[in-house]
Amino acid sequence: MAVPRTTPRPPAEQASARPGGRGRPGEPRRVAYLYILPAVTVFALFVLYPLIRSGVFSLYDWDGLGTAEWAGLANYQAVFTEPALRGAFVHALVLIVFYAIIPVTLGLMLAATMSRARMAGLGFFRVVLFLPQVIPMVVVAVAWRQIYEPQGPLNSALRAVGLDALARPWLGDYTAALPSVGLVGTWIGTGLCLILFLAGMAKIPRELYEAARLDGAGRLREFTAITLPSVRGELSVALTLTVIAALKTFDLVYVMTSGGPGRQTTVPSYEVYNNAFLIGRVGTATALAIVLTVVVFLVTVVINRVGEKAQR
Amino acid sequence: MISRTERSANYAVLALFAVIALFPVLLILATALSPDAIGAGGSLRSLEFANFADAWNQGRFGSYMRTSVIVAVLVVALSTVFSILAGYAFGTMQFRGSEVIFYLLLLGIMVPAEALVVALYFDLRTLGLTNTLVAIVMPQVAQSVAFGTFWMRAYFRSSSREVVEAARIDGAGHWRTLWRVLVPMGRPAITTMIVLVFMWTWNEFLIPLVMATDESLRTAPLGLAFFQGQYTSGTSLLAAGAVLVALPVVLVYLFLQRHFIRGMVEGAVK
Repeated sequence: MAVPRTTPRPPAEQASARPGGRGRPGEPRRVAYLYILPAVTVFALFVLYPLIRSGVFSLYDWDGLGTAEWAGLANYQAVFTEPALRGAFVHALVLIVFYAIIPVTLGLMLAATMSRARMAGLGFFRVVLFLPQVIPMVVVAVAWRQIYEPQGPLNSALRAVGLDALARPWLGDYTAALPSVGLVGTWIGTGLCLILFLAGMAKIPRELYEAARLDGAGRLREFTAITLPSVRGELSVALTLTVIAALKTFDLVYVMTSGGPGRQTTVPSYEVYNNAFLIGRVGTATALAIVLTVVVFLVTVVINRVGEKAQR
Repeated sequence: MISRTERSANYAVLALFAVIALFPVLLILATALSPDAIGAGGSLRSLEFANFADAWNQGRFGSYMRTSVIVAVLVVALSTVFSILAGYAFGTMQFRGSEVIFYLLLLGIMVPAEALVVALYFDLRTLGLTNTLVAIVMPQVAQSVAFGTFWMRAYFRSSSREVVEAARIDGAGHWRTLWRVLVPMGRPAITTMIVLVFMWTWNEFLIPLVMATDESLRTAPLGLAFFQGQYTSGTSLLAAGAVLVALPVVLVYLFLQRHFIRGMVEGAVK
């Protein structure tokens, strides 16, 4: 992870050069506990405690009103066996393809072909391409709902070029709904990936490519031997951001489809909300939330481990 | 070596993706400015700025925006101060348990809101605190503090020791050193943090959705979602509302875009 720098020298070097006297920074200080008190208190009350409570809730059967009954691990079993809940995770996998795999692949390929030329005026494009990351997801959902309307711009465009057969009510269509939601994720992620990889590849010394060319390396070899290893850091950042975004999709589904048609576009987050607040299965909801948390943890750690190792 | 055609091809690709990135944005903007007609690309002969006034008053977006501003100010202010204090301690002081506590906070960055919000709702309901600003603000402060502490610790660790030493020799205590020397010097890092927390708070949907059961406490994105549920999409009023909801974040982004991009890339753990 990079760190904002204001000093040219790494702090570790200086610290070791200075066996501190009393009161120097880095010395043992009790006052530190006072400094961290507000942050730790808020964190403990509103993150740690609720997380533990979620764990407790997940072991009970509770409708949110009556008395809770001990359920053991039955809620977790439900998460992995109930078709509706398992389906939500399958949908999340599909979304990962649209949110992460396609944008990263597309970004890598485009950046690799483009980075051969030094280009001026990238600033403008960077601002525009990054914009989808910033806009509130609910606004994005409203915009794309309009695009997908039966009489919306997408169908009009298809009809205009004679592809009337493809036109459909995208979000109401059983097979098209999930990819339609996913495509919005592609729209959000592609610009980010392209910017990241362009910036990463701009840092590769040109001499490397010239040397490779002298050795008779083709474009593909150039890509796998030079370009790809050089942007591994950027790759792990891009994957972390996009995969986590896919796993945590909620706003988009809530506003665009509410999980429909049928259950075609339910995702884990939506099922957490649905189970807890709409159909009164609080235990199942929290078990699902805990599983989702574990998945997010694992994905983050794995992607960053791979990225770190590769950078060495 | 690089031919002119290759360069123009590159610009063409960038331009294509820029158009794709902008299309939904421009579509909403055009719809918001058009007289009420379903569908896109209505003629722009008469720009209907009245739609914004209607959305603000009839659509109650004025009220939603006010709630969002209050929530954002509270979350940003509290989490910034708490993060600076905690980051200072973690970055420059040694104390027992610092590693364990810090890694706990770091773990907190990764916890999705879904894992907190259900238990939090029912516990706060028992305390009679749902449907209050506390319920909307504090969970977001907590999540932002986890990120902010991580972010500020990195800044304080990298800040120059000579400067701190000099401040000490001048007789400044740890408190004065922090606020008089390190915080002014760390303005870029702090700005990035504030900008990110503002964006996350303004765009947050799940926490207010669960916690605000009363219409008067609806934040802007929440108001928009409910508005969308009531009316068919493609109406100019809905689009005008969407523009209003997006405007504050987009404006901040246009002015401080470097902070957004740098922050999201470096803070990718969130």
